[in-house]
Amino acid sequence: MTEPGQGKARRRFVNWFLGTSLGALCVSVVYPVARYISPPDVPEAQTSRVVAARDGELKPNEGKIFRFGSRPGILVRDADGGYRAYSATCTHLNCTVQYRGDLEQIWCACHNGFYDMNGQVVSGPPPTPLEVYTVNVADGDVVVSRA
Amino acid sequence: MNGAAGGSAGKVGAWLEERLGLSVLARFAREKSVPVHRHTIWYYFGGMTLFLFGIQVATGILLLLYYRPSEKEAFESVQFIMTAVPFGWLIRSIHSWSANLLVFVMFAHMFSVFFMKSYRKPRELTWLSGMAMLGLMLFFGFSGYLLPWNALAFFATQVGTEVAGALPLVGDFALRLLRGGDQVTGGTLTRFYGFHVAILPALTTVLLGLHLLLVQKQGMHVPEAIEAEQKRSGEPPKVMPFVPNFALRDAVGWCAALGVLAVLAALFPWELGEKADPFAPAPAGIRPEWYFCWMFQLLKMLPGHVLGIEGELLGILGIGAGGLLFLLVPFLDPAGGSPWRGRLFTIFGWVALLVMIALTAMVYMPAGGGR
Repeated sequence: MTEPGQGKARRRFVNWFLGTSLGALCVSVVYPVARYISPPDVPEAQTSRVVAARDGELKPNEGKIFRFGSRPGILVRDADGGYRAYSATCTHLNCTVQYRGDLEQIWCACHNGFYDMNGQVVSGPPPTPLEVYTVNVADGDVVVSRA
Repeated sequence: MNGAAGGSAGKVGAWLEERLGLSVLARFAREKSVPVHRHTIWYYFGGMTLFLFGIQVATGILLLLYYRPSEKEAFESVQFIMTAVPFGWLIRSIHSWSANLLVFVMFAHMFSVFFMKSYRKPRELTWLSGMAMLGLMLFFGFSGYLLPWNALAFFATQVGTEVAGALPLVGDFALRLLRGGDQVTGGTLTRFYGFHVAILPALTTVLLGLHLLLVQKQGMHVPEAIEAEQKRSGEPPKVMPFVPNFALRDAVGWCAALGVLAVLAALFPWELGEKADPFAPAPAGIRPEWYFCWMFQLLKMLPGHVLGIEGELLGILGIGAGGLLFLLVPFLDPAGGSPWRGRLFTIFGWVALLVMIALTAMVYMPAGGGR
């Protein structure tokens, strides 16, 4: 014969055991699913130097987008013929900017943000300046590198 | 002949009745009635949303037969649907137009429920499930917009996911969860396809079932002012039977919606635009779908910093706070609460609606683009 108190204790144990087993089952299902849907970190090869264009490819007061690793960069040839390069990712909401020759400014079409030729914000919602890259011309190539 | 056919139908009916007990449903349909008053027209918007959702499911399944969800093939497969598949242009145009009408009708449904205060006890769960479905429909729109992989959609996704990324605490996780990485890539397209054709439909099915069940259980809500008028007049409240009176009126609305869709799709086929190029600048005149335009305009108008806080973050938090007020309105403005509180929420609803309309109109005004 089992004592009534002992039966209750046994039931409590069974309830606890089944309850926690159910919890463990849920965790063992939910955790892998949650980890699965969150994408893994894929290490990106850091590009620090790239040939953005051939010298003479751009006319004065013209710009072009080039690949800087996995992100876009923008190369601008100013009215005096000098080269400048920046990250082409708008600091507001990540759109790709373009050069506006009529205004001699860099423009983001998404939310009407304007940057000057130093990458500084002139107007619109961008909160910070564009990252500025270093430009050198070597052997007829316009080489852009991270400062 | 008729007698024999009637006899067989009766036998089949009896066979089914024994197994399914459908007479309970038939009795429910016979007894169901809809209140008749000057705001009855708003009752049709829920059914209209359901109808348009049905159109989305049907045309979406048809599009699945040819669509290929990869960075290399998505644009070309939609181009193939539009140009080579018989009636492909029609199916895709109806899917796109119907999505837009669906969002419009759903907003009309939500605001009518809001202004009639139909969210109050005992309909809090109906409101919550409806609001969750509104969120799902907007996400359907957002995820579906990327699938043709054109330039506009690419940048809309870039901006939209960046907005999610600006959320405090969960931003980074949300951004990577949505994009399937740090950037918008072909991986994002595949992910959005999964959301659009599997995850969102599954969630919607559950919520829609709950929503419809609650509507059937609780019946249609009559605004308090109308109820008071009816009490004062001493006449019994006017109702119409759901079957056939209301159902037939519903069907007329659905036929009209189908007609409008056919005309829109035939006269204004949905454009495909240019294929997305992650290394091209955002095109001038870029804007999201009309139902996101008010957010887009708000983010455009806010300066870089407001009182030391990033303008973008402030805008997102403001929109989130407004959305939360809408979501929780059944608990903030309950039945039996003070009349000023009820009026305050009505004013809040009107202000929100007018601000959304005004901001949307600003996007479509000629000066809305560049400088």
